[in-house]
Amino acid sequence: MTDLQRTCLYDLHSELGAKLVPFAGYEMPVQYPMGVMGEHQHTRTKAGLFDVSHMGQVILRGPDAAAALEALVPVDIQGLAEGRQRYALFTNEAGGIMDDLMVANRGDHLFVVVNAACKTADLAHLQAHLSGVEPVTDRALIALQGPEAETALARLVPGVAAMRFMDVATLDWDGCALWISRSGYTGEDGFEISVPEGRAEALCRALLAMEEVAPIGLGARDSLRLEAGLCLYGHDIDTETSPVEGALNWAIQKVRRTHGAREGGFPGAGRILTELANGPARLRVGLRPETRAPMREGTQLFASEDATDPIGAITSGGFGPTVGAPVSMGYVPADLATPDTIIYGDVRGKRLPARIVPLPFRPSTYRK
Amino acid sequence: MKYTEDHEWLRVEGDLIVVGITEHAAEQLGDVVFVELPELETQAARGDEVCVIESVKAASDILAPLEGEIVEVNDNLSTNPSLVNEDPEGDAWFFKLKIDDMAALDEFMTEDEYKDFIS
Repeated sequence: MTDLQRTCLYDLHSELGAKLVPFAGYEMPVQYPMGVMGEHQHTRTKAGLFDVSHMGQVILRGPDAAAALEALVPVDIQGLAEGRQRYALFTNEAGGIMDDLMVANRGDHLFVVVNAACKTADLAHLQAHLSGVEPVTDRALIALQGPEAETALARLVPGVAAMRFMDVATLDWDGCALWISRSGYTGEDGFEISVPEGRAEALCRALLAMEEVAPIGLGARDSLRLEAGLCLYGHDIDTETSPVEGALNWAIQKVRRTHGAREGGFPGAGRILTELANGPARLRVGLRPETRAPMREGTQLFASEDATDPIGAITSGGFGPTVGAPVSMGYVPADLATPDTIIYGDVRGKRLPARIVPLPFRPSTYRK
Repeated sequence: MKYTEDHEWLRVEGDLIVVGITEHAAEQLGDVVFVELPELETQAARGDEVCVIESVKAASDILAPLEGEIVEVNDNLSTNPSLVNEDPEGDAWFFKLKIDDMAALDEFMTEDEYKDFIS
């Protein structure tokens, strides 16, 4: 527990009764008195407030920023319209994933949000390839997620009601410029809000005062994103997995693929474009254990009850409160990655069956 | 009622002891979503991992507090694992153990001693 950092909302978390744990170098709330299950259900039915200030916020300036960032990701950045945001991946020369991130076109600059655990490395990576890289160190980042997120936030910032999924805007709250995107990582409609640190606690208190809004910890954040079929970097995707193996083809626009106008030109393009054309050797899939026993990260997977060699492993797994059953994601050979295939997970020495299913486990409710 | 350092409670019922987890343990575990019970007639050695409790957070084991035979299990927990959170020291008992010598219970903590232990 040495040198753990705290976000500017630490005192508020403590006051709200959070249980704080080390996460990516920060002391973060894993749950509040409501508990993981209650917080998960609250976010799915009302609105959950998350502190994600540990994530890295970076501004990229300069006329060539989009072209330069495009050289690091297999994603269409130059075609990203002003006021829009897009999911992207930093790839390495071997075609693996260094991090996943969000990129927003905010007019005269790009705004990037990266994972907390990777932010030092990401910043170095960006600075090595781009000029005009400005880490944002004076703003907190919060997320308000759930079917009542719009109702709640619109009381403070009426302009959010006009936004649709993946829109970004700068909107005023009480004389303060909020950088808002209609996005999140729960599978719910909702918003992510970058707010000056000095106003973050007041904004959170104003939201928490509303009947719809409750504070939500990392525990429920994990079960929410898992049900939504979203990857957790360092678990479901990492430097060994390619975007195609990670079933993230949707993030690679046509313009960057073979025969696209700006084909290739990103690290690992050889492997990634080949896998797009011919299919990968293994694939991330959804798994529904057929018994009530959750299959957690690290569970070895087998093609049959008595096979000796594993075919893959679970990368995320637990109980899905909205699904009402255990849910997992993991990698299997591509020829087995067909829905309704039954494979076996080794749970405490027992081979238990699991069914391969399409992702997400629970349909997302984005406001498109 | 006696208590172990592994946060189990032990209640004497005739020549059997009934085993469950304390309210304190249930709170620490969080919402329980799955319970794996031992087979009937299992001969358990002291410290054997005889049950598994999965909560939304993680999996934990319940250890046999003493050597003995598992003679009854609480099947209600298989169908309704949340009983562990609702009534940990009542309806949510896990198994009944037949032991040779009830005097072995003397080494475990009383309720007051357990309260000191967790405070």
